[in-house]
Amino acid sequence: MITLNINKKTYNVEVDPEMPLLWVLRDVIGLVGTKYGCGVAQCGACMVHLDGEAVFSCVTKVKRAQGGKITTIEGLSEKNDHPLQKAWIELDVPQCGYCQSGQIMAAAVLLRENPNPSDEDIDAAMAGNLCRCGTYLRIRKAIHLAAEIQRKGSKK
Amino acid sequence: MKKRLETKAHYLFPIKTIVVIGVILSIIVLTTSAFKDNNIAADFAGYENVNADSAESVKAFLQVYKVLMSPRCMNCHPAGDQPLQGDDSRLHAGKVLRGKDGKGLYAAKCSNCHQPENTPGLHTPPGNPKWRLPPADMKMVFQGRTARQLALQIMDYNRNGHKNKKQLVEHARDTLVKAAWNMGEGRTPPPLDYDAFLKVWDTWIQKGGYAPKQ
Repeated sequence: MITLNINKKTYNVEVDPEMPLLWVLRDVIGLVGTKYGCGVAQCGACMVHLDGEAVFSCVTKVKRAQGGKITTIEGLSEKNDHPLQKAWIELDVPQCGYCQSGQIMAAAVLLRENPNPSDEDIDAAMAGNLCRCGTYLRIRKAIHLAAEIQRKGSKK
Repeated sequence: MKKRLETKAHYLFPIKTIVVIGVILSIIVLTTSAFKDNNIAADFAGYENVNADSAESVKAFLQVYKVLMSPRCMNCHPAGDQPLQGDDSRLHAGKVLRGKDGKGLYAAKCSNCHQPENTPGLHTPPGNPKWRLPPADMKMVFQGRTARQLALQIMDYNRNGHKNKKQLVEHARDTLVKAAWNMGEGRTPPPLDYDAFLKVWDTWIQKGGYAPKQ
């Protein structure tokens, strides 16, 4: 039995401790917002937060996540109103959308650590997240917009 | 009045002496403890006086050099800020960068992919709990160094991560150094096995840590 804290809820799951966290999230718990892309930490579609860091859940064994705090795209905000989510909607960032939950989870770490990122910072932070539709320019624009929303929000 | 002054001087003299002796003692104690903290003088001298042999030392280092310049060691000691990967030491996928502490940046931190252990399967990230590059303020570059340059760099306390010779000997036993021999599927191990590496590493340092001429 493995106990996991996901999006502030506790889940007890009967799984092999070696099972990738992504499998547990999607197939056991049913949180399917996180996607399977490559399975070998090369694309970023499976990105979730473990204790605030953007881990690739396809290669993170569930035993590593035990005792930690996991946040998936479903738990990034309570009302889908994280500055990144607002910016993503405002600028219609996704095309097919498959990689976008990973993109947003990566960007959330960037904005937490650097509230006013430059293009260079964004490129460095987002380089591990691939998008086959090529929405990179909209992603970059949306991160700038989210940073602005976040700054305005923190001033109020 | 004169008598009073003399009396005062009589009392002042020992106080002055005590203060001076105190200051001298403090300096001695502080200096000793400073050396004790990093052990530079003591250990470097100790090793250099025992069994120094420049020919043996250099011969051992040339074996060490082969290991350090193999992809398993050099890939995380790159000349730039982007690590290398694979047996061909190509630039690391995803343009990941060193970051200030050597542990990556933002959403691209080393341990986001590199787990505490190897991930099974071909082309998957190798793992170790301490996976990282040297930090930005002490890059400890191997890539592109000649044998002489690398030997001098490793023996330089200000360029080797502030390690004295004793700590260098210990460093070869570090779990992240050992990880070079636990490289995961599809990667070639360093050219010497781990025990042979330890032997030449220790010999190089214990015989004086000499650098080859080139």
